[in-house]
Amino acid sequence: MRDVALIGGGLTPFGELWEKSLADLVAEAGIAAIMDAGIEGEDIEALYIGGMSAGRFVGQEHLGSLAAEVSGLSELHIPATRVEAACASGSLALHNGYLAVASGMYDVVVVGGAEKMTDVAGTEATNILASAANREWEAFFGATFPGLYALMARYHMHKYGTTREQLAEVAVKNHYNGTLNPKAQYRREVSVEDVLGSTMVADPLHLLDCSPITDGAGAVVISSMDRAEEFTDEPVRIAASETVADSISLSERSRFDGIPAAMTASRRAYNRAGVSPADIDVAEVHDCFTIAEIMAIEDLGFVDKGKGGSAVDDGLTTLDGELPVNTSGGLKSKGHPVGATGIAQIHELMLQLRGQADRRQVDDAALGLTHNVGGSGGTAVIHILEAI
Amino acid sequence: MGVPRYWREIPQRYNLIGTKCEACGQVYFPPRSMCPECRRASVGNMEEYQLKGSGVVESYTVIYAPPPHFEHEEPYVIALIKMDEDTYLTGQIVDVSPDEVSIGMHVESCFRRIYQDGKAGAIHYGYKFKPVG
Repeated sequence: MRDVALIGGGLTPFGELWEKSLADLVAEAGIAAIMDAGIEGEDIEALYIGGMSAGRFVGQEHLGSLAAEVSGLSELHIPATRVEAACASGSLALHNGYLAVASGMYDVVVVGGAEKMTDVAGTEATNILASAANREWEAFFGATFPGLYALMARYHMHKYGTTREQLAEVAVKNHYNGTLNPKAQYRREVSVEDVLGSTMVADPLHLLDCSPITDGAGAVVISSMDRAEEFTDEPVRIAASETVADSISLSERSRFDGIPAAMTASRRAYNRAGVSPADIDVAEVHDCFTIAEIMAIEDLGFVDKGKGGSAVDDGLTTLDGELPVNTSGGLKSKGHPVGATGIAQIHELMLQLRGQADRRQVDDAALGLTHNVGGSGGTAVIHILEAI
Repeated sequence: MGVPRYWREIPQRYNLIGTKCEACGQVYFPPRSMCPECRRASVGNMEEYQLKGSGVVESYTVIYAPPPHFEHEEPYVIALIKMDEDTYLTGQIVDVSPDEVSIGMHVESCFRRIYQDGKAGAIHYGYKFKPVG
């Protein structure tokens, strides 16, 4: 296994981008990443692209070939692979690109992630997202995606005394961070009262506990560490890329107060990188719902199981806290184009570790972690990134 | 949903037919072809098993933003239920006001209409749960 470096990245604005197609988004993110990395098209040896359900959102499959076409790379005849693991598709694509470079197969690889979600109506988007759950034994009975997280939220509240207000504080924090991110879908602050007063979606989760429906794409360029300096003087080392699967159905898992796949994948990632949770300076976690961020900081070992709510109360995870979480605004405020989310998390940490995160920069950020979850916990992907 | 897909799941959906691993005795619902504990020893030893239909609410939610086909049901309760046979499943709780549902509540299965594919489409039936007593 060779060391792998992140040498560049690009992100489209996130939001309701009616004027842009899926192909436009893929091209925009890919071109931005290639320009940032300082590579030529001829340097690229393989493409990977994460996408959850372009087939149902816009009637488009075969994303690998689409990405090659719109990036002007078709004639290079390089391998292009689409990777799918629901909302973890982007990071699972990166994991596959990482394996390809670490193995010695390729030196320079571009990894993208994209989703175009706003071309369908809201109820249809809800239905498509429910395909990340077990269609026959969960969705068939009327369980929705927010519904599955609501089951975990109520379980967590019942078992540990996590409060409704603590959930709301996650949204308040992430919306504040989003005001500092020019790419974010919602660049406005919300209050605890706003969250608790918003429409009920799946009790106890309100509308402002939920990440939005979003269009967007991201791309990163990775290379072997020994070639990274040919292209950039600010490479970021991928210290760990770990992923595990668990049951697609919530009811089939070993516990409901967290995401077992995230617990296991993060332990393996810490071991691989030779670091501990206390060493992490900044994290982007999968806050598809507010409860998910509280469970994430527990599952990742930043706080003990059951203490996530009080840690949020204590300000552990704010921008000036001991461990800033979701400086980008998270899925909650930055937006959640499902296939792009994992790449967007990596992009945010790349900015943080290069010292380019502007008004949301975390001082002396040297080690960052991303936590990307597919479905209600059927897949977890963890990356640890290190400034060089 | 296609008719064949619906048809082949009728035994499980109508009668809560799961499987039991003859090697270790664990009951699974939905049915499994292999026991995750016994694996190889369970192949060919997974027998059909009818659940009693009673269980306890482990967690629940009230859905206010329903998917297609469930619009007329809203608000409805979805629960994670621990069955007496020590297997978990997801289902609706009916015949009770959502604000009377609680964690720890004892429920039993009942046979109900789940949804209909449009005005003239197939009607899908299956289990829901109601409070015991």
